[in-house]
Amino acid sequence: MNWIAIGSIADIPPRGARCVETPQGKIAVFRTADDQVFAIDDHCPHKGGPLSQGIVHGAAVTCPLHNWVISLDTGKALGADEGSVRTIPVKLEGERLYIALEALASKAA
Amino acid sequence: MTEKLVIIGNGMAPGRMLEHLLEAAPDRYAVTIFNAEPRVNYDRIMLSPVLSGEKAFEEIVIHGDGWYIKHGITLYKGHRIVAVDREAKTVTSDHGVTESYDRLVIATGSVPFIIPVPGKDLPGVLTYRDLDDVEAMLLAAQSRAKAVVIGGGLLGLEAAAGLKERGMDVTVLHVMPTLMERQLDPAAGYLLQKAVEARGIKVMTKANTKAIFGNGKVEGVELMDGTIIPATLVVMAVGIRPSIALAKEAGLEVNRGIVVNDRMETSDAAIMALGECAEVGGHVYGLVAPLYEMARVAAVRLADGEDKRFVHSDTPTKLKVTGIDLYSLGDFADGDDREEIILRDASAGIYKRVVLQDNRIIGTVLFGETADGAWFNDLKKKATDISEMRDTLIFGQAFQGGASSDPLAAVAALADDAEICGCNGVCKGKITGAITGKGLTGLDDVRAHTKASASCGSCTGLVEQLLKLTLGEAYNPAAVQPMCSCTNLGHDDVRRLIKAKGLKTIPAVMQELEWKTSCGCAKCRPALNYYLVCDWPDQYADDYQSRFINERVHANIQKDGTYSVVPRMWGGVTNSNELRAIADVVDKFEIPMVKVTGGQRIDMLGIRKQDLPAVWADLGKAGFVSGHAYAKGLRTVKTCVGSDWCRFGTQDSTGLGIRIEKFMWGSWTPAKVKMAVSGCPRNCAEATCKDVGVVCVDSGYEIHFAGAAGLDIKGTEVLGMVKTEDEALEVIVALVQMYREQARYLERIYKWAKRVGTAEIKRQILDDAERRGSLFDRFVFSQKFAQVDPWSERVSGKDKHEFRPMASVGFAEAAE
Repeated sequence: MNWIAIGSIADIPPRGARCVETPQGKIAVFRTADDQVFAIDDHCPHKGGPLSQGIVHGAAVTCPLHNWVISLDTGKALGADEGSVRTIPVKLEGERLYIALEALASKAA
Repeated sequence: MTEKLVIIGNGMAPGRMLEHLLEAAPDRYAVTIFNAEPRVNYDRIMLSPVLSGEKAFEEIVIHGDGWYIKHGITLYKGHRIVAVDREAKTVTSDHGVTESYDRLVIATGSVPFIIPVPGKDLPGVLTYRDLDDVEAMLLAAQSRAKAVVIGGGLLGLEAAAGLKERGMDVTVLHVMPTLMERQLDPAAGYLLQKAVEARGIKVMTKANTKAIFGNGKVEGVELMDGTIIPATLVVMAVGIRPSIALAKEAGLEVNRGIVVNDRMETSDAAIMALGECAEVGGHVYGLVAPLYEMARVAAVRLADGEDKRFVHSDTPTKLKVTGIDLYSLGDFADGDDREEIILRDASAGIYKRVVLQDNRIIGTVLFGETADGAWFNDLKKKATDISEMRDTLIFGQAFQGGASSDPLAAVAALADDAEICGCNGVCKGKITGAITGKGLTGLDDVRAHTKASASCGSCTGLVEQLLKLTLGEAYNPAAVQPMCSCTNLGHDDVRRLIKAKGLKTIPAVMQELEWKTSCGCAKCRPALNYYLVCDWPDQYADDYQSRFINERVHANIQKDGTYSVVPRMWGGVTNSNELRAIADVVDKFEIPMVKVTGGQRIDMLGIRKQDLPAVWADLGKAGFVSGHAYAKGLRTVKTCVGSDWCRFGTQDSTGLGIRIEKFMWGSWTPAKVKMAVSGCPRNCAEATCKDVGVVCVDSGYEIHFAGAAGLDIKGTEVLGMVKTEDEALEVIVALVQMYREQARYLERIYKWAKRVGTAEIKRQILDDAERRGSLFDRFVFSQKFAQVDPWSERVSGKDKHEFRPMASVGFAEAAE
């Protein structure tokens, strides 16, 4: 796997998210209250809302447009809604954060 | 490909049809609705309780705006369809919107019948059909003057009772010898008349209207026999006619209604019709139960489900006037082959009549005591042979087979297929099954899952008894609605405990109040953050991660992820420098849309998130600060030009508006707060539909509050009169502080006021000077920490991370 450095975990506020821009669109990188890190497409399966702008609770985010709740771990909509968003491999080494580019390339192909 | 479904009309029948359709085939159609009424789908049969004041409009909404958004349905409010082109398969609205369809559903409902007498078009002559009619009646009722209701049927009597309740002197004119002659026999009609008269309503039967007279507005009604009845309001409630003009013009087969087969299809295979406008098997319907049955049939047809057909059945009639119990079902005309059983109790005002044919019930009229209606209906429906219990039949279910007269036992004794909710056709088994199967615990749950008791509400008692029977002690009807699924506590308890236990952080609240989740959810966190900001202004550190995105970045998120920015224009006043600065910002950042808002300021839409700080920097140089157009906080104070310019102005309304806005901007509130100051009672600033409003008069300032002009429309209530600007400011500030300290998060002032009561608010704000003073002081203290312009803070570098991407990867140049 080709890991690409995207910055430090300190760049993301706890219970928050930042965006990484890629040719396939924005990826939202989340940091939970207990410092777990997740990356998913910044695009709600419902109406394309920017998930990075939502409120983070547990390992889930609530979309700011129409309140769908998306699991950060699986990318699936929780509760009564159905849909899912792509998840991207992400790893934390010390303070440094990396995402896997293969996932991007394979999706682009 | 998704097919296009267009629906003309947004009443209860098409609303119910959509619910069934979304359940059966959620993605099959792209749905567009054209509604001639400018609002969402509401429960029309509950208009009478709204008129009498027992319910508010917001309580009878069936589908709020959110429902349409959630299901991706396009709703054109206030669009009347004027043409259907069956050739091209398009419809066109009076506003010029044309939409094509694969399937079209016509649900145009009905129009009230207007009796063709002279004066029928005078101002003050109303019908009783929709919310606009109710609002017009409420307005007329403020005069406490005389009203005449023409028509002594179901609607007419409900209108009369409502107007009487609102303080009017009401006379009902009915052309037939007894009231509600279509649903009641003469004996019950007589008892009904006595009961109506006992409420202080005059009833005139065999009253034939000759003319409505008046000079420019209604002054009275003249009868054929020459009798004159003075009135300032005349309500015509003599019946309804299906709305078929559109269908007729489109060349569809029509008779009394739009002719459909028992699968709701019109003479054009692509077009269906349902509701009050449809005629099936020679019948047109006006009661909700058969209309909902049509909705079920139409939804199955649209989803291509099993072959479901509409079958005619009798629907019981009930009168929704509190204190008058009346139930009528089926056929109760006399006949040679019919027998009847009658019970009369003159002193108790009870009359019961059951009509039998071949030992089976075919009709029932109950007056004064209607509890056995459901049981009689059940016997009739199943065509049960009643010869065994004939002697005691009329005494009701409690007297059969030694059952006790305990109402709970009576409900327990009902068979599983006995109908509980007539409007929605829900039987006992379905309700008890849902309670145990889905773990339901309250009335709202049962309404959401089964629809029982969700329409006219007359079976609410039965449903509650079923809850009690099924859940036993576990059923607690007074249970508090929890804030969200993270806690069992309601908003009021949480607010009380935050103060009592001195909780000053979100983790402390969650720990001490035993939250069930580790860090809450998107419902409770913003609420807790507000409560803490409000209660501990000097000690609590605002938790930005618990704020909705708009309040985190101080702009309004749009559907495409861009933002809109609204700078403050104090009191709606601006100048050439400000306008020039806005024009420059629009050019520099290529802002695609500039719009004047309803709050007298300017909105710039379509700004990229990363541009926000630079936009604010430029606006800041011209002296602009954030308008908080995104906040649960003080929004605008709208003003008129007042005594400075206007020839009618009595006070400096612009000056007072600016003063209030400068005093109160930056404060966080449970929900948004919009204000206005009008310089005279002509009220050009529309202060009487705001959260807080001031109407200036010669002698001072009339303070208004608890208005609404959004999802709900509600005129304000008058808090009181004060003589000076200073007093006006103190009263308004104290009122808002009381609201800040007491209301539940997202609860607008009018909803809070309804809960607390206008009298109590008046007592604390106007009568208790000490209380008013301490509220005022607490607001002023809190403003020390709140009145910081969030835009200039961010221009100077606060929350930089919010406005920049973390990294940019995978682009060609980055990979090299």
